[in-house]
Amino acid sequence: MTDLVEQDVSAVTPSPASSSGSNTPVKSRVRSEAFARRLRARHVAERRFRLAGAAAVALAALMLVVLLGSIVAKGSTAFWEARIRLEVTLDPAEVAERNYAPILRRALHAQFPQVTDRAGKRVLNDLLSSGAPYELEAMVAKNPALVGTTLTVWVRADDEIDQLVKGRYRRDLPESERGLSDAKIAAADALLASGALAQGFNTTLFTAGDSREPEQAGIGGAIVGSLLTLLVTMALSVPVGISAAVYLEEFAPKNRWTDLIEVNINNLAAVPSIIFGLLGLAVFLGFFGMPRSAPLVGGLVMALMTLPVIIISARVALKAVPPSIREAALGIGASPLQTVLHHVLPLAMPGILTGTIIGMARALGETAPLLMIGMVAFIVDVPHGLTDSATVLPVQIYMWADSPERAFTERTSAAILILLGVLILLNGTAVILRKIFERRW
Amino acid sequence: MQLTLLALILALLTVIGFMTGRSRAAASVGGRVAELHSVPSYHGVYVALWAGLPALLLFVAWTAAEGWLAMQLVLSSLPERLTTGDGQSVALLKADILNLARGIATGREPDPLVQDAARRYAGLRDLADWSLLAVGASLAVAGLAWGRHRIGPDLRARPAVERVVRVALIVCSMVAILTTVGIVLSLLFEALRFFTVVSPLDFLFGTHWSPQMAMRADQVGSSGSFGAIPLFAGTLLITVIAMLVAVPVGLMAAIYMSEYAGRGVRTWLKPALEILAGIPTVVYGFFAALTMAPFVRSVGEALGLDVSSESALAAGIVMGVMIIPFVSSLSDDVINAVPQSLRDGSYGLGATRSETIKQVVLPAALPGIVAAVMLAVSRAIGETMIVTMASGLTANMTANPLQAVTTVTTQIATLLVGDQEFDSPKTLSAFGLGLVLFLVTLCLNMVALRVVRTYREKYD
Repeated sequence: MTDLVEQDVSAVTPSPASSSGSNTPVKSRVRSEAFARRLRARHVAERRFRLAGAAAVALAALMLVVLLGSIVAKGSTAFWEARIRLEVTLDPAEVAERNYAPILRRALHAQFPQVTDRAGKRVLNDLLSSGAPYELEAMVAKNPALVGTTLTVWVRADDEIDQLVKGRYRRDLPESERGLSDAKIAAADALLASGALAQGFNTTLFTAGDSREPEQAGIGGAIVGSLLTLLVTMALSVPVGISAAVYLEEFAPKNRWTDLIEVNINNLAAVPSIIFGLLGLAVFLGFFGMPRSAPLVGGLVMALMTLPVIIISARVALKAVPPSIREAALGIGASPLQTVLHHVLPLAMPGILTGTIIGMARALGETAPLLMIGMVAFIVDVPHGLTDSATVLPVQIYMWADSPERAFTERTSAAILILLGVLILLNGTAVILRKIFERRW
Repeated sequence: MQLTLLALILALLTVIGFMTGRSRAAASVGGRVAELHSVPSYHGVYVALWAGLPALLLFVAWTAAEGWLAMQLVLSSLPERLTTGDGQSVALLKADILNLARGIATGREPDPLVQDAARRYAGLRDLADWSLLAVGASLAVAGLAWGRHRIGPDLRARPAVERVVRVALIVCSMVAILTTVGIVLSLLFEALRFFTVVSPLDFLFGTHWSPQMAMRADQVGSSGSFGAIPLFAGTLLITVIAMLVAVPVGLMAAIYMSEYAGRGVRTWLKPALEILAGIPTVVYGFFAALTMAPFVRSVGEALGLDVSSESALAAGIVMGVMIIPFVSSLSDDVINAVPQSLRDGSYGLGATRSETIKQVVLPAALPGIVAAVMLAVSRAIGETMIVTMASGLTANMTANPLQAVTTVTTQIATLLVGDQEFDSPKTLSAFGLGLVLFLVTLCLNMVALRVVRTYREKYD
């Protein structure tokens, strides 16, 4: 044995004589012109390849920046809205008839004493949002003592004026191409100069439901709808998903049947989301006769869609718990179920939680299946229950993106920013959870 | 109201069952808990299960059957002339009764007979709910008493409870199978109804898509033809564009991150790509429609090309961007799975890094990369929002990426959004398209997942 090894070593280690003999031709080959050229070419190729890789990463990053940048540029201004300051006198007779529009109009006309003709007054009327009288009405309803007094109020301006104040109309274009008349611009400029037109924080965006008028439209209803839908999704997919993962990972015998379930879950995770929408339409709406546009149905469809994601991530988390834990528990007399419930599951919980959060984030951003089950309706009211008609934030974005008004583009972008904010928060929480609880066995 | 009450009663009885079971088990052995077969709380759960489970099962079965039964009773009492007729008129009648019973106005003046039926229906439902409440509550109490009666030192409570839990776990893992079965059945069922109107051959090989059905014989512009080839061609075109963007960029990014980038760079790049992957598709759609499409158009105009404002190119590029992180994270996994010894062997022979990657790592990772690309293709085919928002609705058969095309998913979405009649071929054709979409993506996924699986086993 020892002989053999020594022989091997001596065969590999060259003797001094032979090494000096073979060294000279090698050296000359290294220094040859052709070799140097080849080596240079190979190094250039190496640099080129590396650059291509860096370029690919840079391109992806650039796309991310352009995407986010364009949305921020379009949407950041939507958090402010233009408001007009008016000195209104609340005439008791008109208040009794709930006729608030003339009150506002009179107050506005008073700021332009030089305008006397009907056309001019109509231009002025159009500066105000058609929702402004309701704002005043709400104000009076809250404080009836205001009736009969004169007070200063800030009411919403029309969306065109709002966009003008934010500089979204090109003033240098001729009137016909601009989409906003010179007279309106002049009136708005006069208000701006006197300080009666200013921007304030846009609370409407967060509290109101949908509306045909951009300045009255908000995502309040959509946010509540998203929450209700997500609630149903979570209540169904989390317990069922974790139970399924526990069964498949801890109890299921290895046979064709469990193999089938496993293949099936993996495939289900890759089925296009719109197919789940068709399933919801045919089964939940068509067969069971559940109400259209309801968060209940939306949540059911989303639960079926996120289930594979949760099962897969929960199984990975369960698999990461070492067998020694199970053996120790079984060894001191725990039953298999006790082993899982008391020891394995708590240890796997952080991983399961991370997967669940990511699955929920996906459900929150999903649109296509909800279009199929009618959550794409125009809904002004904020939903109050699981069977009320509702819409969700991504669908609201989809609907607003179709609207031609500029102000809707701005609000769509703002809604996207809010959605992205929530998603980044969720995913960030998942990443942090993973970092904190990450454990190597 | 009754159902909420029943749920509350059940919850209460379950809690009471748990408490009594636990205390009675301890009392039955005079406080010497060690003499029990199972821990007292298992006795508690045992009684709680007896109290809650039978009543819950009854509740589910009852609510499933109640509406149907009540409707049958009401219908059988209506005169023949209302209930006989084709399926559609009966369905309409049922819908009217349901709406009237719920207090929703039906729009037209209802037949007094129908109104009467609706009242009776509502009354029956009310009666059924009350009786469910009574039966359910008494069943729960009986279960509680029975469970409590069984408790004693010799009761094997833990195995009994564990059997129930095990069954529940199995049921949960069956949900995934049921979902697949539900998808297949609903698609097949509706698609078969569609194929009774339109022949499958015309559907799969026809070259003219115009799903608007003629309401009147002399109506203009609604031919109602369902040749899906233009949709398949449009889907293919956009998918090819998306792959041309996503595969090179995603693959090179994966190579760079796994082979070149240092630790510091990786910790920043990975989350950035994950953000890109986490952006909802509707956001990409908005970006495609409002930023990319005008950009492509203006570039095309500057080059003197005629670009449609809903060009396939814009939608395809944005879809490619969406898929980049998908391709890169999948290929990253595959590349990392190639054993280091292969790389070391190549370096030992004097190969540079790029030569090692091109001639050793990539060939070894090829099956996995192909699988990743297949999964990406299946994703691109099934993607809905980007194409719905940024590509057109006209079914063009063209290979020109500057023109507008429509895709399978766009058509499904537009056919099913808005008012639907479930019997018109227009609505049903969406299910035919859905079936094709499901089968194609299923095949791609099956093959790709199998490749990934066998491949992973090879190097493990």
